[in-house]
Amino acid sequence: MTTAISGIELANQIKASFAEAVLEGDERAVILRSEYLTQVASFLKTTPGLEFDYLSHVTAVDYLDYFEVIYHITSLAHNHSAVIKVKTPDRDNPEVPSVASVWCGANLQEREVYDLMGVTFLEHPNLKRVLLWEGFPGHPLRKDFLTLEGKSPWQTIEPLEEGHHVL
Amino acid sequence: MSFKTEPLVVNFGPQHPSTHGVFRMIVSLDGEVITDVEPVMGYLHRGVEKLAEERTYLQNIPFTDRLDYLASMSNNLAYVLAVEKLANIPVSPRAQYLRVIMAELQRIASHAMAVGSFLNDAGAFFTPLMYMFREREKVLDLFEMTCGQRLTYNYMRVGGLSHDIPPEFLPALGKFLDDMPGFIDEYEQLLSENEILLARTKGVGILPPQLAINASVSGPILRGSGVKWDLRKADPYCVYDRFDFDIPVGKAGDSYDRFWVRLQEMRQSVRIIQQAVAQLPQGEVRSQVPATLRPQAGEAYAHIEAPKGELGFYLVSDGSVAPYRFKIRSPSFINLTPLREMMVGYKVADAVIILGSLDIVLGEVDR
Repeated sequence: MTTAISGIELANQIKASFAEAVLEGDERAVILRSEYLTQVASFLKTTPGLEFDYLSHVTAVDYLDYFEVIYHITSLAHNHSAVIKVKTPDRDNPEVPSVASVWCGANLQEREVYDLMGVTFLEHPNLKRVLLWEGFPGHPLRKDFLTLEGKSPWQTIEPLEEGHHVL
Repeated sequence: MSFKTEPLVVNFGPQHPSTHGVFRMIVSLDGEVITDVEPVMGYLHRGVEKLAEERTYLQNIPFTDRLDYLASMSNNLAYVLAVEKLANIPVSPRAQYLRVIMAELQRIASHAMAVGSFLNDAGAFFTPLMYMFREREKVLDLFEMTCGQRLTYNYMRVGGLSHDIPPEFLPALGKFLDDMPGFIDEYEQLLSENEILLARTKGVGILPPQLAINASVSGPILRGSGVKWDLRKADPYCVYDRFDFDIPVGKAGDSYDRFWVRLQEMRQSVRIIQQAVAQLPQGEVRSQVPATLRPQAGEAYAHIEAPKGELGFYLVSDGSVAPYRFKIRSPSFINLTPLREMMVGYKVADAVIILGSLDIVLGEVDR
């Protein structure tokens, strides 16, 4: 059985090395300051006893006041898992550092979050839309998407001339 | 004497028989050697995650059928497990066992399709595929007997199953289980030692274990690279901890190992179903669940070992009748992450084999 490491326990371990990095830790997850995300990610991956070598999945939730980016991480060696989260309050320009340099499995998943939720991942190797085409207005998984100028998106848009979806 | 060649960009798909759907690869070639690959997807994007936010928890079950449409039972199972975790709903033992039987039958059907079409890609046109289709047909007959559908089953419910199995199901299943190991032996005898198949697949598309873990791949691709990780053992759900089965792993991490792992997993699935049938208890298959479910605010993530890999659903509830966020962790999509690393350096003819060995389903990649 995979052991779920509680956010409180993990927060204490992170605080020992990065005193400033943790905003809070509850039963389910640790919430980090976004500027420390990459450092903490490589700390979690390499520290003996933790060794979270497998990034199970990345997603984001739109809570209207802020976006929450969620990382489910697992250690295949120790068979334990944890959840880390980052909040970005800026709705017009949400930014989170990319963890693709630590776990390359984040590459496509962060592109998906960027495409559908509009969160920019800083220093991502190839940040462009993955499911929708370039020129698509807005990001459909945001809660305010369908009120976009009062129109349904499929009535209005043409793909751009250039881009990897254009044949 | 050496010739200078010019780099050439070749476009595979989106309409191409070897891409198993509407998937596109922009392949850069130097002579015959692949120098770069860019996967392009999204042609089948239907916005399931957005649509699900407007529907109740029950209404979302048919959507999950249409993700990996070759393994609808597994998708149903992962979703209802997530809802049950979110709303704390118990499931009766009989329903748990029947869920395992259905999920393992589905794994056999899905791997049959994967192995058959992989051999098709390798140039063994249609004969091996049709042998596998013959066996898959028997699984589809069993499913049709159970829920009336052959592709999109919509069989699992929150708190159990839509209804119990009919009386003729277990005898038909018994006959299928008796025949299946012999069929896999025959199939392996015909193909696994075949010299052409070995020449085309051994050492092609090698995925080293470190890269496989770092790139978050799962399922037969991760195990083909020699990593012994299977959620049925590592994080047992339903009643998987009560069965005795092995996890086959590959050695080299090449296309042949992924093919071999799938064949062996079909054998293990037969073993699991035999044990589940022997232990199958009597009783109800559906617990009392309110017609309109309103889980309290919170979040839940449940994952299963689907035929393609780790299939997970991340649900966030705000206390209303519909999920606030409905996220699908789809194995086919994430398994495409190391595609470039697997293909660069091989010949253009190997691109089709490497993609075939990944066994993607575009309904799940694009969602």
